[in-house]
Amino acid sequence: MSENDTTLLDVRDLKMHFPVGRAWRAKNKSYIYAVDGVNFKIKRGETLGLVGESGCGKSTTVRAVAQLYKPTGGEVMFKGQDLTKLKPAEMLKTRMNMQMVFQDPYASLNPRMTAGEIIGEPMEIYRKRHMLDKSKEECEERVEMLMERVGLSRFFKNRYPHEFSGGQRQRIGIARALALRPELMLCDEPVSALDVSIQSQILNLFKDLQQEFGLTYLFIAHDLAVIQYISDRVAVMYLGVIVETSKAKDLYKKPLHPYTQALLSAAPIPDPKIEAKRQRIILTGDVPSPDKQRPGCYFYDRCWKHMDKCLKCRPQLTEIEDGHEVACFLYDKG
Amino acid sequence: MANEEVILQVKNLQTYFMVDEGIVKAVDGVSFDLHKGETLGIVGESGSGKSVTNLSIINLIPNPPGKIVGGEVLFRGKDLLKMPQDEIRQIRGNKISMIFQDPMTSLNPYLKVSTQMVETIMLHQKLDKKAAKEKAIEMLMLAGIPAPEKRIDQYPHQFSGGMRQRVMIAMGLSCNPEILIADEPTSALDVTIQAQILELMSDLTKRLGTAVILITHSLGVVAGTCDTICVMYAGRIVERGRTADIFENPRHPYTQGLIRSVPRIDKENAYRLYSIQGQPPNVIDLPDCCPFYPRCDRAMDICKKKYPVSVKAENGSAVSCWLYAEEH
Repeated sequence: MSENDTTLLDVRDLKMHFPVGRAWRAKNKSYIYAVDGVNFKIKRGETLGLVGESGCGKSTTVRAVAQLYKPTGGEVMFKGQDLTKLKPAEMLKTRMNMQMVFQDPYASLNPRMTAGEIIGEPMEIYRKRHMLDKSKEECEERVEMLMERVGLSRFFKNRYPHEFSGGQRQRIGIARALALRPELMLCDEPVSALDVSIQSQILNLFKDLQQEFGLTYLFIAHDLAVIQYISDRVAVMYLGVIVETSKAKDLYKKPLHPYTQALLSAAPIPDPKIEAKRQRIILTGDVPSPDKQRPGCYFYDRCWKHMDKCLKCRPQLTEIEDGHEVACFLYDKG
Repeated sequence: MANEEVILQVKNLQTYFMVDEGIVKAVDGVSFDLHKGETLGIVGESGSGKSVTNLSIINLIPNPPGKIVGGEVLFRGKDLLKMPQDEIRQIRGNKISMIFQDPMTSLNPYLKVSTQMVETIMLHQKLDKKAAKEKAIEMLMLAGIPAPEKRIDQYPHQFSGGMRQRVMIAMGLSCNPEILIADEPTSALDVTIQAQILELMSDLTKRLGTAVILITHSLGVVAGTCDTICVMYAGRIVERGRTADIFENPRHPYTQGLIRSVPRIDKENAYRLYSIQGQPPNVIDLPDCCPFYPRCDRAMDICKKKYPVSVKAENGSAVSCWLYAEEH
């Protein structure tokens, strides 16, 4: 076990670089630096929200944690084991404990399998390899129990995904992830494809399940309001690095990093009175392409508070207040 | 609104799709007025008929399977639905133009931006090629594209998502339309880019005096940009009114539920979010009752029998709900 028993997942300096271009045998390959040195810890029973714009590396981080990609560098410590060094057979065993819920409930369910088969598949995989001590009947029973638990009638067991609505499909995806009683759930934008009225149902389901089964979530979303609602702590990503982490409450009351401030001020609030009074920080330009490593701060081009220093060296994540870390020279006291 | 001149009147619009399973009443009796320079928001969930309403306005419903079976769309007094093809083509893209959700699928990837913009401008404005290109560059500049004289000769894939949407806005406004229909223009974009694009749109349309119909599923977006709102559910407008009134005093249970179920960044959220129970209805062969009653926590007997009449209030808002109807 790790030195701290309450830490379930400890990601240290995680890097994920994808080679691009045709010259695959050439010495000087070019890379997309999708994730470039990410550090975070998740405690047991906690929800860490990962927020950022498209292309900032949120999904890649989660996939690298789940070892769906082989990370270029860094460590992923899960219950004291470094996942990057595990052999495939060991990884298979560990994976029982970490399951994923995906964004698109249309693409992540096999259209040729029934709902019951989809939810039962994880158990089937482990049962066949004699890693799960359950009979076929017990698995069937668990599938029905799970369906009821996530709010689907057990009579839908033999229906195919196309017969369900988006929200119902996401419930199937959640039931599948729960099948093996994991401790950690990796949720990659599980509510962004859903309508408002369905989104709140699914968010409530996530909260209820967490309480009931003591789950730990790594939860990705690009909607700040969703992240605030679901998370205990939030990490803000920009161009492959985490620029700020804090308790969810503190982040929204007192964002420190200029990017976080801009992100929060750009998020629309469903109240015309507040909207009319708001002063927006409108960022200029787009997110730059992560195709080169820069010496300075990655946010330099779009930051309205940048200094000369920002161009030369890269700020590191430092703790400013209790549990509130930021990577920005504005708060550098030294 | 300062200006009370009505430029577009939609009256009892009905668009049905004939499919194997039956008749999909995608839009079933939608009526609203659009004033000059007004920004009207149409909110609703997927499948509620927002997009079909707007495609019907410009008569772009694929037929078959779709058909506009009833109603009128009066643009400056003329019914667009009864107009011959060549006449409506003079209006479409010229007087009424559109922006769609995904800028990559609405731009032709094989053609340079200049070709696509110049084509539209020449067709509608009777300008020669050179003047049309100048106009296009001017519009791109207005839309905030740096170095437009260079960028105009690039292909769509060379632009980022936000930039492409700027090109679409420039193109949409290049013929000084009276109405701009924006169908989820920012749903595919990130929040910081969304803020840029919404600001640009409201800024430009205000300057040019264009009326906007903004379709979106995001309550936050309508709260910040629209003067009036129509809330759609299962092919009908269930509530309509000024933005401030709707948010302050939503009357339809669906609108109330929708506003309450959105998590907020400016407030502490309760442990559990409010949520509307159940699923949106299947719009195939809907019975003639209130489509919301299975999900409504204030449903009455009458709701299962008849579709509620629209009740107007003093402030000009209207709601279709039996709770507010005087006589049953």
